[in-house]
Amino acid sequence: MTENIQKEIDKKLKELQKNKVLPPSIIEQLREKLSQFKITKKQFERIINEIIKAYKLALVEPGEAVGTVAAQSIGEPGTQMTLRTFHYAGVAELNVTLGLPRLIEIVDARRNPSTPMMTIYLEEEYRNSEEKAREIAQKIEMTKIENVAKNIEIDLVNKRILIVLDPELMKNKGVKVEEVAERLKKLKKGEIIVEDNVIYVERKTEKLPELQRLLEKIRNLQIKGIKGITRVVIRKVKETNEYVLYTEGSNLAEVIKVPGVDFARTKTNNIHEVAEVLGIEAARNVIIEEAMGVLEEQGLDVDIRHIMLVADLMTATGEVKQIGRHGVSGEKPSVFARAAFEVTVKHLLEASLRGEQDILRGVAENVIIGQEIPLGTGSLELLMYTLRRKEEEGSSG
Amino acid sequence: MDKKRKKIDIFCHELVPKHELLSKEEAEKLLKKLNIYPEQLPWIKKSDPAAVAIGAKPGDIVKIIRKSPTAGETVVYRYVIDK
Repeated sequence: MTENIQKEIDKKLKELQKNKVLPPSIIEQLREKLSQFKITKKQFERIINEIIKAYKLALVEPGEAVGTVAAQSIGEPGTQMTLRTFHYAGVAELNVTLGLPRLIEIVDARRNPSTPMMTIYLEEEYRNSEEKAREIAQKIEMTKIENVAKNIEIDLVNKRILIVLDPELMKNKGVKVEEVAERLKKLKKGEIIVEDNVIYVERKTEKLPELQRLLEKIRNLQIKGIKGITRVVIRKVKETNEYVLYTEGSNLAEVIKVPGVDFARTKTNNIHEVAEVLGIEAARNVIIEEAMGVLEEQGLDVDIRHIMLVADLMTATGEVKQIGRHGVSGEKPSVFARAAFEVTVKHLLEASLRGEQDILRGVAENVIIGQEIPLGTGSLELLMYTLRRKEEEGSSG
Repeated sequence: MDKKRKKIDIFCHELVPKHELLSKEEAEKLLKKLNIYPEQLPWIKKSDPAAVAIGAKPGDIVKIIRKSPTAGETVVYRYVIDK
């Protein structure tokens, strides 16, 4: 008997999901809750009907000002945010911009965040031992010659550059003397002589400035690693008991190519980079995650739907657009709406030069004109059939 | 760095939802149901990595099945633009 009801419930729930009466998350919750109770078919039907009714009541109505509600819901908690820029985020050694400055950065869709950061997860064989994790970290971290050298200087007497390497630093970064020498040879700027931990670059020239330029070049010569990743920190995540790399600097496109990196979970906080490598939908997800992360970290409870709306708007044109003059607000079709936002005169002038039209469909332009705004009740318009009038006109004429 | 390069399927990534290409008939049916022009949908560039991966061309409509924290799963559509 109970089995029968169970089957009935399953069937009905599947039907609801298929016909999109209720979203999958609610159906999942229902299924879980219902399995805990013994109910009759009649009770089940009543429950379902009540839930559908409640769900429909909770939906946003057509013409509701969701954008304004979202703006207020993010704006008000925003006033309580600390203006403090830096805060540690899981890793004490890394500073990451958080709070209001970071939130502004996200909605402004800055090309480069002030503190780019990556979270790199590793594949199974690397994630369980620190040694293996360090191997990958050394591969990723950008190492310049100056990072492994004790001293780099110009030897004026012999017209050469002297590089004294630090064995400890080299071991730490996983660099060998031969590697450094090899890299210097590729530069083709003189003869390379290796003596233990000292490398000489012989340069037959009398000009001092030339030597100085070469010195600068050698200092910044990249031996290994990925461009942009200036620091890597290895941390053990308690929950999953695995080693994870956190980096200062970000270069998603290159990092995911490194063998041993778990591509599927590796993330960056650079939205544009994600848009380029993983596509616009992934960028939308990053915007949501980053914005929610900032708000949560500050202990502010903002409904994710507001953030999702912002992210949807920012990615609607297929590329990441900022909310502001150069993005969403600056590209509104209405002249008045644009003029009401920023640089009023410029917009009015340009519109008049081009002979632009304003069809007065938005909110701002109708407020300016002094008309009812097309929201809520105002989103309805009255149309009249003119058939009878035509008939009348026809008969009289 | 190792010379070996991994082959990467972006749809494996946590952040990338499932993308599907709509057939001509499906696209027409959708537009009729929503009563809109295709340009009124959100856009996706034809050079977008996800669009490239499923072979979408300008004028196509891509169906995206997102994992949503509120609804569990939602379906959205994007119109492929020439850019």
